[in-house]
Amino acid sequence: MNWRPDASIAMLRMRAVWLKQIRAFFDARGVLEVGTPILAPTTVTDPHIESLKSRFRHRDYYLQTSPEFYMKRLLAAGSGPIYQISRVFRDDGPGRLHNPEFTLLEWYRPGFDQFQLIQEVSGLLAQLCGPGPTAQDIEIVSYQDLFVKYTGIDPLEEDKAALLSWCNAAGHEHPIDEKDSWHTALDWVLSMVIQPQMKGLCFIKDYPAGQAALAKMNPEDPRIARRFELYVDGIEIANGFEELTDAEEQRQRFEKDNELRRLYGQEPIPIDEQFLMALEHGVPETSGVALGLDRLLLWKSGVHSIRETMVFGWQE
Amino acid sequence: MAFYSTNEFKSGLKIMLDGDPYNIIENEFVKPGKGQAFNRVKVRNLKTGRVIDKTFKSGEKVEAADVMDTNMQYLYHDGEYWHFMDETTYEQVQADEMAVGDQTQWLKEQDVCKVILWNGSPIGIEPPNFVHLTVAETEPGVRGDTAQGGVKPATLETGAMVRVPLFIEIGDVLKIDTRTGEYVSRAKDE
Repeated sequence: MNWRPDASIAMLRMRAVWLKQIRAFFDARGVLEVGTPILAPTTVTDPHIESLKSRFRHRDYYLQTSPEFYMKRLLAAGSGPIYQISRVFRDDGPGRLHNPEFTLLEWYRPGFDQFQLIQEVSGLLAQLCGPGPTAQDIEIVSYQDLFVKYTGIDPLEEDKAALLSWCNAAGHEHPIDEKDSWHTALDWVLSMVIQPQMKGLCFIKDYPAGQAALAKMNPEDPRIARRFELYVDGIEIANGFEELTDAEEQRQRFEKDNELRRLYGQEPIPIDEQFLMALEHGVPETSGVALGLDRLLLWKSGVHSIRETMVFGWQE
Repeated sequence: MAFYSTNEFKSGLKIMLDGDPYNIIENEFVKPGKGQAFNRVKVRNLKTGRVIDKTFKSGEKVEAADVMDTNMQYLYHDGEYWHFMDETTYEQVQADEMAVGDQTQWLKEQDVCKVILWNGSPIGIEPPNFVHLTVAETEPGVRGDTAQGGVKPATLETGAMVRVPLFIEIGDVLKIDTRTGEYVSRAKDE
């Protein structure tokens, strides 16, 4: 047993400086800092994200995996642009890049499209990480081009059999079987084959429609969603959307998630009706992004594990 | 049959893969923010020593390997098998050449070794980190040269070849680090 913090004193200072810089960055841009509940009666439905549960007076409550639903309710109420530095929780890991409790910086920009938001994410990174990538150095690549570059397989046109036969031919031994979905196969190749080869700062855009999460579909190309992710040296740092604001489509996605949850033997999640009411009332067209601050600290400071960026890492 | 979920994976856990027992050396949890979670592990085949990388979907179940490390006294070699005895139960096992491998060169009767048992049979041996072995053969020693200088080969009573300082004589008892196969000191100088 060890009573000492997992973060060095230098890391504590770096964290504190970053928090100041983030607040100054958004203050200068007229983005309002907000705080929303961490413990709530409902949560995300995504079958790949499991929430930690707690109890209040014999009723289930969930530790939030992201402040997304509450923040969109603020947007609907007319808050204008908002950001939040929030502790969130996920029932997974722990691992080198995963701590069950971690820090998300999440912000919403009404009127921005995903490319304006990508520019702003890059601006913040330059502020936090010092003289680094300029606008010209930022690589923005589509999910399709990324897969074609590394595997020769087109993720929007080809199928699981083609991808797996590429894996076999290239000597990548995979755990994907007939029960696994096409997207599980894509996730495996991205995580195990492509990410380890990615260098520098890279935004992946135009995720397949089946991985839209809470992003809007692209009306010109129904195969893709207006979702992007930021990777630095192959580490996933941020996920952003042009946000889905259609209440009916949102309800269908919740229900589809819950169907999948039942299919996989996971507990269905009560649908957040207040969030849907806010969408019905009307959320302005907006882009939003969530950025893992601890991972960005890990990358910038060069430490091995996310534990070393937390003041006290996860305790078994 | 016992199974482990990938959630229980950690280094040191013994699992079955393709009919062979493996030891997990490293386990890394890998998950896209909005996608399927995986475990990437580095595992060592306990029979062959070969290390391979493997990935699992998180939540998969993997058969546990019935592997136990037991401290046992090395008794003797009968020409084909090496015999070991559990000092508390007096139970004896015999290890074949495959299980003993290169470690045979460090096995001295009565030394206590770690015997790796899979389903009750030895598949590997770990000798003590340090053993004391007598020099069987080496060139004559150079007297007075105990401080520094060159090295020469020596053959020990078990057949092991080690590099030793020039002053070492036949019949000297040497302390050897079995992990590196290197001479540490003369036993009488300890």
